[in-house]
Amino acid sequence: MKYIAEEILKPVKNIAGGINLPHFKNTADSVATPLPDPKTVVMPLKQHIGAALEPTVAVTDKVFVGTLIADSESPMSAPLHSSVSGTVKEITEVKMPSGEKVKAIVIESDGSATQAEPNIPTINSAEDIVKAARNAGLVGLGGAGFPTHIKLAPAVNDNIDTLIINAAECEPYITSDYRTCMDDYDDVFDGIYLLKKYFNFKNIIIAVEADKPLAIRKLCDIASDRQDTINAVKVMKLKKTYPQGAEKFLVYTTTGKMIPPGKLPSDVGCVVMNITSIAALNRYIRTGMPLVSKRITVDGNGITNPQNLIVPIGTPIINVLEFCGYNENLTKILYGGPMMGLAVSDITSPVLKQNNAILALCENQNVKSTPCIKCGRCLRHCPVNLTPAFVNAALKRQDNEKLAVLNINQCIECGSCAYVCPASIPLTQVMRTAKSILRRNSNVK
Amino acid sequence: MLNKLTVSSSPHIHLGERTSGIMLDVIIALIPAAIYGIILFGINAALVVLVSVVSAMLSEFIWNKILKKENSWFDLSAAVTGLILGLCLPPRLPIWMAALGSAIAIIVVKQMFGGLGQNFANPASTARITLMVSFPAAMTSFYEPFGNIVSSATPLVDDGALTVKEFLFGIHGGCIGEVAILPLIIGGLYLMARRIISPIIPTSFIATVFVFSWVLGLNPLNAILSGGLMLGAFFMATDYVTTPSFNLGKLIFGVGCGILTVVIRRFAALPEGVSYAILIMNLLVGYINKLTMQKPFFKEVKQK
Repeated sequence: MKYIAEEILKPVKNIAGGINLPHFKNTADSVATPLPDPKTVVMPLKQHIGAALEPTVAVTDKVFVGTLIADSESPMSAPLHSSVSGTVKEITEVKMPSGEKVKAIVIESDGSATQAEPNIPTINSAEDIVKAARNAGLVGLGGAGFPTHIKLAPAVNDNIDTLIINAAECEPYITSDYRTCMDDYDDVFDGIYLLKKYFNFKNIIIAVEADKPLAIRKLCDIASDRQDTINAVKVMKLKKTYPQGAEKFLVYTTTGKMIPPGKLPSDVGCVVMNITSIAALNRYIRTGMPLVSKRITVDGNGITNPQNLIVPIGTPIINVLEFCGYNENLTKILYGGPMMGLAVSDITSPVLKQNNAILALCENQNVKSTPCIKCGRCLRHCPVNLTPAFVNAALKRQDNEKLAVLNINQCIECGSCAYVCPASIPLTQVMRTAKSILRRNSNVK
Repeated sequence: MLNKLTVSSSPHIHLGERTSGIMLDVIIALIPAAIYGIILFGINAALVVLVSVVSAMLSEFIWNKILKKENSWFDLSAAVTGLILGLCLPPRLPIWMAALGSAIAIIVVKQMFGGLGQNFANPASTARITLMVSFPAAMTSFYEPFGNIVSSATPLVDDGALTVKEFLFGIHGGCIGEVAILPLIIGGLYLMARRIISPIIPTSFIATVFVFSWVLGLNPLNAILSGGLMLGAFFMATDYVTTPSFNLGKLIFGVGCGILTVVIRRFAALPEGVSYAILIMNLLVGYINKLTMQKPFFKEVKQK
């Protein structure tokens, strides 16, 4: 079967705000090469949204690739597995980019990459898949790190009929999801069919932004090749707009459904999964190997050879930089993309599960904020139609009553406002500050 | 550098557009009108415009010096204010009056209210009103282009005497940058094409003046081509700081300016209404913004 143009869906709705970003997809053609095992890996015990884990191994214990090293009783968590074979050297504390200090297990690699005994799950029901997602240690690999089994659990219920596979990848530089489309399509489709078999998904949409025509073609070809279920999976070409890949907007553009404030996709009958997450889920079900390594894009103007790498989770960033080559004058290292990524303070910080990119930037440090001239660009480009300039003004005069009515909690911190601000006011940070003030005030009450 | 990494809030990239770039675009958009006005009215006009700009920038400099603030010349906003004021002055105004006007615009109207972004009234149009009230004779002494013939009558009074072509190319007496409509329209279109200004205020302002003048039995074409309407609609009523932030608010502002302009022209004992109309509407911007505040995209959905 050949590529059939009619099969590509058009977005049901388009978002009005947002911005056009430069692509910088320099690494699109770079098939990921495995990074040689680092001497030691650092495994923070909280690489997901939820409760921190407790170690299930002790210092001097021998571990293999895939050995469970930390878990939690709390359902809102994802277990952690060793990414190398070797010995547990110490259990220490590391500072995450959020500023939070969490326990971390340091493992010294023996260089043999011996794998643990694979524990291939048997799948007979939707519940088995949800369980497998947890046992695989899966989190949302698009960057948020929301535990996958929590996301899938409501779908055991009949009311959820739409599965949206997020391959929008709307942040500049990052091409790791693109490479999933191009290289791991079998795992993607097998995973989708597995979910379709046990869940009640009637609509399955893979959403890709228009700037990735080759990925769209590839996915259409594969969908066509698997003719028996040709109508099950649709590929949707989204208009190129940032922040299209944000969950709420993706549900809106693909289904036309509006997720009310404070609600989740499951409240409108949808589940959104990142394309790399579903490939990882299928890989676990196929091989029994949990999430121990991650494809990441290494790019930015501080990197000599931008490329995609497959990196054991916990690899110190410096190993990645040394492998790709870096500019001595780089000023900033990011977990993730340039719009929402977190700046890292320490080059020995490990690569985390949910990272899809490590960017190294050489920046001009001399840009200063100037007064707001009320140009309205932040108001026009805010995809959620919030009013960052008004929040900034209210924050400056400490007008908490005004802050409370500006719907600040709906901010998704996409960064569009600060990106367009001609006065270089860090408006995204302003929104975060305003959020925390509101939170503090409501706690006081 | 690896042990001195910058940790800052996302986003980590920027569009690259800065305030000074926006101001530079406004200056570029005003240059056709300025050059054309100088060609029409000669060296005197050049001096008035130059003195307005220099005085505006000096006032900014001196104010910042006295208050021990950082010099803010480089954002070019003072230059824009001076240039707009210069263009809406008569060609042979004594230059000390032009200098005084710019000083009032920058120090009294802008800096005393907190500087860039904080003033509620448009500095150029408010300064023009101040000069008009203080020096009514000098502010209404107009001259025919290319000549020395004194013509105290403004085109607004000469209703119907001029052709559209004469208005477009400014072949009549008036203010330096206001008489010729064509270069102003070119500048306005440039700003819209560069997405510096939204077309809502200029179009609603001009359209309202046209319709409302016609309703009141005035010549609608003369009404939009004469006086300070084009300069006001494209360059004063689109000032970010003193105009509404949201589209509906911009529409209200434009229509309001249009109605007030015509009312003042028709009924008040004033030679021109554009500056007053803009100033009055400036005062309402806070209320307009409050009424037209944009609503969040994701709304509570009513249960069916």
